[in-house]
Amino acid sequence: MKSGSNLERVILSGKPAVTAELGPPMSADGHEVTKKANILKGFCDAANITDCQTAVVRISSIAAAVLAHREGLEPVMQMTCRDRNRIGIQADLLGAAALGLKNCLCLAGDHQKFSAAGRLKGHPGAKNVYDVDTCQLVGILKKMRDEGKQEGGDPLEVAPKFFIGASWTPMGDPIDFRPMNLLKKVNAGADFIQTQGIYDIELFRSQMDKIRNMGLHERTAILGGIIVPKSAMMLKYMDSSVAGVSVPKALIDRMNKAKEAAGDDKKKARELQEAEGIKLTVELIHQVLETPGIRGVHIQAIEWETAIEGIVKDAGLYPRPIFETE
Amino acid sequence: MIIGSQKPIDEIWSMVKDFKKVLVFACNTCVAICHAGGEKEAETIATLLRMRAGQEGKSMEVNFASVVRHCEPEYFEPVMEELQKYDLILSTACGVGVNFLSDRTGKIPVYPGINTSFYGAVESPGNFVELCAGCGNCILHLTGGICPIARCSKTLMNGPCGGTNKGKCEISPDVDCAWYLIVERMKKLGNLEKLAEIQPPRNWSTSRDGGPRRVSLEHIRAYEEQEELKSETAGGKK
Repeated sequence: MKSGSNLERVILSGKPAVTAELGPPMSADGHEVTKKANILKGFCDAANITDCQTAVVRISSIAAAVLAHREGLEPVMQMTCRDRNRIGIQADLLGAAALGLKNCLCLAGDHQKFSAAGRLKGHPGAKNVYDVDTCQLVGILKKMRDEGKQEGGDPLEVAPKFFIGASWTPMGDPIDFRPMNLLKKVNAGADFIQTQGIYDIELFRSQMDKIRNMGLHERTAILGGIIVPKSAMMLKYMDSSVAGVSVPKALIDRMNKAKEAAGDDKKKARELQEAEGIKLTVELIHQVLETPGIRGVHIQAIEWETAIEGIVKDAGLYPRPIFETE
Repeated sequence: MIIGSQKPIDEIWSMVKDFKKVLVFACNTCVAICHAGGEKEAETIATLLRMRAGQEGKSMEVNFASVVRHCEPEYFEPVMEELQKYDLILSTACGVGVNFLSDRTGKIPVYPGINTSFYGAVESPGNFVELCAGCGNCILHLTGGICPIARCSKTLMNGPCGGTNKGKCEISPDVDCAWYLIVERMKKLGNLEKLAEIQPPRNWSTSRDGGPRRVSLEHIRAYEEQEELKSETAGGKK
């Protein structure tokens, strides 16, 4: 075992892995983290603790990951290349390992101009770092873990043992390059991959055909990304505006139908769409897991953590496997 | 070349308003081509400042002058005496020119009249685009002649992030994704496979991160020294 994390154990067991996501709050409210951790606990093998996603200041991923860990939820800490240089990154990785964290997802990070897609002020005038990129960051984690060396070459008496993750946008532009993008992350040392949200299953499967031809599915554990849709509007927005996400018209039509069935009753329209969203999510989970080469799912119920329990149960993925830790 | 853009006249006025004798001093190379700080622009700024001084009841003499380049001493040496007559020089050269002149004007301050923006090219008349970041370690042979340091919003070295949308960058639908362009260009060159090689963490010490940079050409310096020595010896013979 590389890290001994629960996620690594589930993946090694050959059972489909389930990861979820926990977004820390935009304040010093640690209770928000522990509350969400208790909602997710038992329904996923590990949960991503986002690192200032959408370029908005929140409780740091490491701090929130430690809070979640104390509640019994295994965290996947995130490390973006946006905010720290290789000195800050490695110092934080050593600290995170010392605090007991075992999974780390490497990301480029949303650009500082993003500011929650303009809904918040954010810090668009901030200076970004990008001393290293995701591929290089994955390599740094691997070098620290497997060679016991810092990026600069200095030895680490105690190496941080992370299960190393990276993201992959299988259907992003330029689409012919995306398999090579994954190849580079795997060559750099990514043990597991979480993909961008998948709605267009046909297109996803055609990309996975290429991945299997390259043998990448055997060298890394690919978890297919599922973003739980809440409304027809959300699906339309993701289709038009979220990079690397395309939503087939049939899915948008289904959500629209659910909405229209409620007539003018707005509360009912919301409830019907949420129910349809969960149904749709469960179908997507099955389709993704049936795709050869896929080893699990990464389910994102953005600011809707309470949906995870029902989804995981409906998908037949409950209970989650439990392993004796040494 | 170096691209600049004029500072708003209100900002310039707030810098110069307490001076009595101001010279708007233009550079006729890069910043003239991008219509920011050539003689023509300096004349306009001088006129606007005179009008503003009149409106605000300030007695201020504002003139303008220009030289070909502000980054080599031989170009502005002929006007150095003239410059001494002013109590402020508002330079419309790039930041290099402002620094370079400021070191040589003694008690006379040199203020910037333009914002120095980037190294770029004239894409079309009136459109200037950044194409190089001057990072000191060129890798354009690996990226199809398209610079990811200057043109990718995240200076990524190993391919696009997940933010590419219809060939555009996540920061704006008006900004091309540099990696989209690189991939398309490499395909055209039949070199796409070359992008599979992982570029290791960069040594940024050749960039601004290594502190102020300097290039010294030993052979040129040696030649200059020899020439100096020759003329000294020749003078000695006289």
